[in-house]
Amino acid sequence: MAKSKLLNKYKPKYYICYALVIVMLGVAMALQSMGKLPTSMANLFVQIAYSIILAVSLNLVVGFLGELSLGHAGFMCIGAYLGSFLAIQLSEKIESKLIVLIISMIFGGAVAALFGFIVGLPALRLKGDYLAIVTLAFGEIVRTVCKNLPAFGGAMGLTTRQIKYDTRKDTSLYIVAFITALVVLFLIQNLIRSKHGRAITAIRDNEIAAKAMGINVTFYKLFVFVIAAFFAGMAGVIYGHYTTPILYSVFSYNYSIEILVMVVLGGMASINGSIVAATLITFINFMLQKNLSGDAAAFKNLIYAIILIGMILFNNAPIFANLKNRIAPSSIMRRAREKKAQPGDITDDSADWRVIPTKIKMDEILSTDLQPNAAFEPDKAKSRVGKKKEGGETDE
Amino acid sequence: MSILIDGLSLGAIFALIALGYTMVYGIAKMLNFAHGDIIMVGAYAIFTTLSLNGHIALAIVISVVICTVMGIVMEKLAYKPLRGASPLAVLITAIGVSYLLQSVAQIIYGSKAQSVSIGNFGTIDIGSVKISISSIITLVVGAVIMTVLTLFVSKTNTGRAMQAVSEDRGAAQLMGINVNKIITVTFAIGSALAACASIFYLMQIPSAEPTLGAMPGIKAFTASVIGGIGSIPGAMIGGILLGVVEKVCQSIPAISSYTTAVEFALLIIILLVRPIGLLGKKRREKV
Repeated sequence: MAKSKLLNKYKPKYYICYALVIVMLGVAMALQSMGKLPTSMANLFVQIAYSIILAVSLNLVVGFLGELSLGHAGFMCIGAYLGSFLAIQLSEKIESKLIVLIISMIFGGAVAALFGFIVGLPALRLKGDYLAIVTLAFGEIVRTVCKNLPAFGGAMGLTTRQIKYDTRKDTSLYIVAFITALVVLFLIQNLIRSKHGRAITAIRDNEIAAKAMGINVTFYKLFVFVIAAFFAGMAGVIYGHYTTPILYSVFSYNYSIEILVMVVLGGMASINGSIVAATLITFINFMLQKNLSGDAAAFKNLIYAIILIGMILFNNAPIFANLKNRIAPSSIMRRAREKKAQPGDITDDSADWRVIPTKIKMDEILSTDLQPNAAFEPDKAKSRVGKKKEGGETDE
Repeated sequence: MSILIDGLSLGAIFALIALGYTMVYGIAKMLNFAHGDIIMVGAYAIFTTLSLNGHIALAIVISVVICTVMGIVMEKLAYKPLRGASPLAVLITAIGVSYLLQSVAQIIYGSKAQSVSIGNFGTIDIGSVKISISSIITLVVGAVIMTVLTLFVSKTNTGRAMQAVSEDRGAAQLMGINVNKIITVTFAIGSALAACASIFYLMQIPSAEPTLGAMPGIKAFTASVIGGIGSIPGAMIGGILLGVVEKVCQSIPAISSYTTAVEFALLIIILLVRPIGLLGKKRREKV
């Protein structure tokens, strides 16, 4: 009983996500120590790390809260510009690059969260489609403003050469990025499994019912929105330290969709899925960028489109419900179990076990129990048992 | 003055697209993200016909037909299986369809902008003001289309059935209205309107590219939200308002580069003050 309770509380599936990230970090560090980590690979690992942060935080909004945000790249943009801007100022005063990165990451996240609050306040009083369009509009506003502010370098982008980690010599950025991803995962996992997380999923499942149970719907929506914005901002700061210049054009609507593809491909409300999908999509991007150029890059978008439509239709359309049930892991396991239970499948070996004379065995046990060192004498044992029984009766 | 006319004609384009959005939203209760990309399909249809030496009138007819068919196919393949699924699922599928159309167009035609000239209409002078004739054509034809549409919705049987479905789908079904058919008709009409919008769009900006529809699409949706989604006159007013705002902003040098930001800020402000839009009807929430 106690053991099963413990297993329920600490289900292994909650820890797969950490394991995945740690394994990736381990692979990267192992490659580096062997001197087999080229710059492009180190870059890929940084990309994977911030993609994981983005995907998991968007999953919090889309998968757990059930609202569609199309402005995730906008929050990342705020983090990237403002966080890196601060980092550039700080880098003149503070020696340690790591401290600058951490401070600017928290700052970038906080500013993004503030904007999340400002946007969320009007938008979250609205329903799904409106929220999607308002967040989309917000992303475009952020981009337009960043493009036109002279302090941010205008259309040329913000140069971050002072703070950029030179991935050819200094590969520590991916370590910081993966550790940040781990922290983010830890916070999100614990949030989801808390009382607040249950409130959030209750809102997703039925908003009116959740309201009736006394859950403050607006507060929780805003809360999730702000947290997701915070993490997106942090991812943005990592991005700012990894590349130069920061270009407003990166954070377009298309990038928000790319993050959404990661969430949909990994599965709504599945943290592990998001991590795998983020890694996979970043890797595909990396390979395609290397091998495809120009208009062939459109194939990437075609793949995204097919993933989006295919996954949603497969998961939601009634015509696929049958097929889905057939290939679901749980149903395959169940069918395998049913098959096992069929009498025709029992082999001779297993049949042997059934004809073991259990009565004699019982006697043997009883006899050794009463007289540890005595040799086995069926008759004696029997009589002793009989006597004991009689004695018991007389006592009564 | 010329800014105002330009704004009105741009507004008429937005209004035509916004009508498609608002009709589909009113009847199918879904946001058709791919609606903007239907404009792009229409523009490429015109481009292809013209490059095959087709006449401009033929090109327009083909564009309208292709867009209408596209709208119906899209509805049947992507949205119909999801009827009754969560709005989030439908919305993500719509984004997927939009992406699909864009990337297919990019694969076929390349990402470079192709120049499509529908003809040079020149300008006329009224007093000291120069007004381009294409703006006037857009305005007049746009007004005619919107009038016809309003009459269609309020006078014909199909139009009334559409109103009934948008009011209460279940009740409409009980009254013997074929809801699926009405939704398909709505998609067809919306897509045909988008094709008309693509013609006017090409009159003003004579080039076609895969992402042509994305921005006008989003702006037209903004217009329909500003006007009150689900309301046909609202879409017209919202579209024209947004068109005028865009042209006025572009004419002021200080804020011209922030035009997009101003338009979307307008959307956020309107949603803040009046979440149902200017002419929207308030719906009571039911459990």
